[in-house]
Amino acid sequence: MAVQADIKGEGNGFKAKDFATNQDVRWCPGCGDYSILKQVQSVFAELGLDKDQVAVISGIGCSSRFPYYMETYGMHSIHGRAPAFASGLKMANPELSVWVITGDGDGFSIGGNHMLHVLRRNFDLNILVFNNQIYGLTKGQYSPTSEVQKKTKSTPMGSLDYPVNPSAFALGASATFVARSMDRDPKHLKATLHRSNAHKGTSFLEIYQNCNIYNDGAFFAFTEKSSKSENCLFLEQGQPLVFGMEQDKGVTIDGLRPTIVDLNNGYSKGDLWIHDEEDIFKASMLARFFDDPAVEGHLPRPFGVLYQSDRPAYEVSMFDQLDNARSQKGKGDLNEMIAGSRTWQIK
Amino acid sequence: MATKPIVKEAVTIKFAGDSGDGMQLTGGLFTSNTALTGSDLATYPDFPAEIRAPAGTLAGVSGFQIHFGSHKIFTPGDQFDVLVAMNAAALKTNVDRLDKTGTVIVNADGFDKKNLRLAKYEDTNPLEDGSLDGYDVIQMPITKLTRDTLADSSLGMKEKDRCKNMFVLGFLYWKYSRSMDETVDWLRGKFAHKPEILNANIKVLKSGYNFANTSETFATQYEVKAAPLQSGTYRGIMGNEALVMGLITGAQKAGIPLFYGSYPITPASDILHGLATYKHFGVKTFQAEDEIAAVCAAIGASYGGNLGITGTSGPGLALKGEAIGLAMILELPLVICNVQRGGPSTGLPTKTEQADLLQAMYGRNGESPIPIVSAKSPADCFEAAFEACRIAIQHMTPVVLLSDGYIANGSEPWLFPSADDIPPIKVSFSREKSNGTPFMPYSRDENLIREWAIPGTPGLAHRIGGLEKEANTGNVSYDPANHEYMVKTRAAKVDKIAELIPPLELESGDPDGDLLMLGWGSTFGTIQSVARKLSTDGYKVAHAHLRYLHPFQQNLGAILAGYKRVLIPEINNGQLSKLIRDRYLIDVVQYNKIQGMPISKSELEYAAKELLAQIND
Repeated sequence: MAVQADIKGEGNGFKAKDFATNQDVRWCPGCGDYSILKQVQSVFAELGLDKDQVAVISGIGCSSRFPYYMETYGMHSIHGRAPAFASGLKMANPELSVWVITGDGDGFSIGGNHMLHVLRRNFDLNILVFNNQIYGLTKGQYSPTSEVQKKTKSTPMGSLDYPVNPSAFALGASATFVARSMDRDPKHLKATLHRSNAHKGTSFLEIYQNCNIYNDGAFFAFTEKSSKSENCLFLEQGQPLVFGMEQDKGVTIDGLRPTIVDLNNGYSKGDLWIHDEEDIFKASMLARFFDDPAVEGHLPRPFGVLYQSDRPAYEVSMFDQLDNARSQKGKGDLNEMIAGSRTWQIK
Repeated sequence: MATKPIVKEAVTIKFAGDSGDGMQLTGGLFTSNTALTGSDLATYPDFPAEIRAPAGTLAGVSGFQIHFGSHKIFTPGDQFDVLVAMNAAALKTNVDRLDKTGTVIVNADGFDKKNLRLAKYEDTNPLEDGSLDGYDVIQMPITKLTRDTLADSSLGMKEKDRCKNMFVLGFLYWKYSRSMDETVDWLRGKFAHKPEILNANIKVLKSGYNFANTSETFATQYEVKAAPLQSGTYRGIMGNEALVMGLITGAQKAGIPLFYGSYPITPASDILHGLATYKHFGVKTFQAEDEIAAVCAAIGASYGGNLGITGTSGPGLALKGEAIGLAMILELPLVICNVQRGGPSTGLPTKTEQADLLQAMYGRNGESPIPIVSAKSPADCFEAAFEACRIAIQHMTPVVLLSDGYIANGSEPWLFPSADDIPPIKVSFSREKSNGTPFMPYSRDENLIREWAIPGTPGLAHRIGGLEKEANTGNVSYDPANHEYMVKTRAAKVDKIAELIPPLELESGDPDGDLLMLGWGSTFGTIQSVARKLSTDGYKVAHAHLRYLHPFQQNLGAILAGYKRVLIPEINNGQLSKLIRDRYLIDVVQYNKIQGMPISKSELEYAAKELLAQIND
């Protein structure tokens, strides 16, 4: 993947440790959040971001403690609303590099509405969704991404909720950048974070994150060496969709249906679906590669950038309107405004 | 030509008709015409809750009330002297507020069988059954007269009928000895590109004027002279309009951009509409996905160094509560405009009430005190809004600005200020730090105010959030003593404002006496009218009106102590009364009306006199 430096802060010379605060990190030992924090700090350093030009905005939940550990500007706001705070901040100061940290509950349950609207408006900011398919901070209830029949403290007989598909949700909200990565693949996570940062517009990055206390192993099918390559489809722009332990399985399109084919048995890479992240129709299908990995014949889960397109960022259009208003009406004059168009004299 | 006009001191006219009859426009034009005569005035529109209720129904009646006079006018008037009823439904919904000796001008064409049925007049016609005996009834077939006037016009019947409000306007212009010139000029501007419609409107306007002039029956003309208003340049102003300009002036005088996040809600939407027309002032308006996102975006903008403002009405304030609590603990500027309406829940969206005072005061979890400022009249919304911005910025706190549906949509003449005379609002963002000393985001000055350190400032990177924070450093802290200290410090910061605002002054009356009428918000006009009348009648009555509902001005207690009794009129079930009892341990007397409409002068005067009789017993 292409690694692009942010022009704003290039050459500030901050190292990963310069992005760490002096506060004790209070996630449970073994939590996947540690890895994400580490990769974000090192990517910020690689990007040459200026820590005074970065704002990290979070909601509520385990993941939302993130800003306290980032030596940048930051706000730990209220449950589900981080996208709204970040949108306001971006409209106040479009120059800032703004990162929204949220989780599956914060982002898709209490904050689902804001997630929908921030994506369609396309502010130039980056959203990292730490998806652990559980409520950790409230000690183990099912989340909107938990699987059906999940047994938790609040669902002793199994959950009845059908889970949200985050990628499909984001595409449905007309997001301009949709990607997926995981806590246990630092290299992939870093590369994807670089892509998030490079995107002008709202970047939506779902990160599979292990909660080792309340939902340990939820993503092991994708993250553990033994099963990873059979279950994960790592997307590369312009490359055929290949996966499998021996890289000998491919995905092709049979009519309108994605189909798994065996590269050792009559198919070559030339027959396969070529990944084009700017193709919304292909991206929509990829987002539906959401099978349970335990089910026989399941499609592999895509990782990397599913979709990327360019659309003007909201705040850019907003500032254009302000400029247009000024060029049409001139800079506002308070006395003219207060007097209005109809006055009269009392002698 | 008739004899000299009869001079009247004050007149209240209610224009009432179907939503499609153009009553708001007619009232508005009559209002600006009245302003030019130099009379003082106040107006109030009365819209139906439905956008397009079926024509002719009781629910579809739209009204516009104007009270004008040759003395100071404080309210849009209680009873009407003149009721214009364009159809049977308009008569039915308004006739009970027509003065016993009043005049009713009716469009007889609006009283056919269908109209009578829709207005629920069962087998009777009020124009014929004697129910209007005692009133001066002027019946005219206005629809027919309008069509006759436009017999030669190429306009369709619907368009012709739409001109009938001009007939009424012309008729009243003659009755009140007015010139039509200003209205004709306005029509010329409005319909510059539609000559056929322009000519029709002017023709019908003149036709109504001439009809009044030439018909012997209506020979009496009236005149209301100019009021002894302070000299200067005036404009007409509605409450929401003044509020918009007050906010813009606040941001401009602070030299920072205004950000307004809002979600449409009656009766606050006009603030969003108004601000959206001032983008050339750098005003950023953001129609958010809901009330919560609106306030959160405003807080985000304030964090970034803009003046973040959100506007709403009662139900929206409830939704914003959690975010306002966050702004309070973050200690960031935020102005929350609440144009109150009838509650609880969805309540009476198009009717007025003052029932969100306790919500503004207490409607958040935890100890969460914030300043509350209120506006007392349409024009006063300007100063109240400016003051809310000033306190928010200078004291780093959310501020609730309370208006209500009555003053938001009401209008009055405004002797407007020059922007040059309005003092600047000092903003001091924290400066870059390079000497290596750690930045303390929650250190405070002598007034307990913290610094405003905005992202992007070199060397000040820091974290803020909704968890309790350690004094000075702002780091998360669960320390018991620190929590108590922070709670008390945040409260003391708000209380300190009382030391820095001007003392309360009486609106009328002496500093001691029998009765103090204490009010806040839109009851100002009614209380002031009644207080003046009672003083003139020899009673020892004073009136004080609160701009600041939290914290109270420091001398309020001393003022309250100067009177034998304190009467608090409110359009709620006694909310200020609770706050005053709680704070000053005074047994105040409540006067409450909770009918979605203003308190009338006559009912308040009656209540005050009863109380005065007890005091003097």
